[in-house]
Amino acid sequence: MSKRVAPILVSLFLLAAPLLAQQPPSAAQDGFVPANELPPGQQLPAAPFLIGAYAFFLGLMLFYLWTIWRRIGKVEEEMRALERRAHGGGR
Amino acid sequence: MKALFVPLVVVAAAMFVYAPIAIANAPYESTMLLVQKVFYFHFPAWIAVTAGLVTCGVASAVYLFKGSARADRIGAASAELVVIFALFGIVSGSLWARKAWGVWWQWDARLTMAFLLELIFCGYLLVRKFGGPGAEKLAAAMGIFGAATAPFVYKSVDWWRTVHPKTSVMTSLTSTPGGTIMWGVVWFCAGAFLLLYVALLIARMRLQDLRAQIDQLYLAAED
Repeated sequence: MSKRVAPILVSLFLLAAPLLAQQPPSAAQDGFVPANELPPGQQLPAAPFLIGAYAFFLGLMLFYLWTIWRRIGKVEEEMRALERRAHGGGR
Repeated sequence: MKALFVPLVVVAAAMFVYAPIAIANAPYESTMLLVQKVFYFHFPAWIAVTAGLVTCGVASAVYLFKGSARADRIGAASAELVVIFALFGIVSGSLWARKAWGVWWQWDARLTMAFLLELIFCGYLLVRKFGGPGAEKLAAAMGIFGAATAPFVYKSVDWWRTVHPKTSVMTSLTSTPGGTIMWGVVWFCAGAFLLLYVALLIARMRLQDLRAQIDQLYLAAED
């Protein structure tokens, strides 16, 4: 299932990115005001973005380590299966 | 290499535990205040990407011109790390941009080139996975050209008009009050990222080595 869905998602992503890139500037971009010059009430709080960035890093690294650990486990399992088959065939 | 893995992980983990304390104690940048602290992981992530690009580029060239299988495995491991660290660099930059620029993303030269770099290395991994026989050489060529984009990504902010700060902002920061402390923390974090990069490279190389061994076992079984 995932093998069918993944190419579709990747294709959609690759098609969507250039379409998004060529969007005409919106009205908000025409009347540009630097974000740090907005009145305090309209400014976004910084903490969620800061925490979000560090949390994303932690999550990404843990996920990546898990994928390496899982892939090594799979290859080691395959090696053991091959060795068992080799010993079985030798009898 | 394997003997280095545990000490590297221990030192990198200790540095990552201390990093938030150092970042919290670093002075605020005068215009962006709190959100500028994203920089302490954003910039080191791109340093790790640069290390990955250089490693992948050199290893790919060695594989293509000398036929070294080990260089091919180093190139593949580095390419995956480029994808991981660049993904974090792009996402952390986007979070910073939302606060500092008011938008999640701008299709300006630096951001677009960083995105293309990510796509090139995603392509590298896809070629290796689905390219069939000879895919390693094709991927190695992609690795060389992918690494060659690094100077363009770096200099894009100086060569084209872009919303992203120029490279000169780095040196100008040192002259600000507290700039030396800020840079000390930045390079401390960069050191932690480089150690993490090397540790992950060793772990990823172990996977590549095991896959090479299993290929040998299959070949032996066929004989």
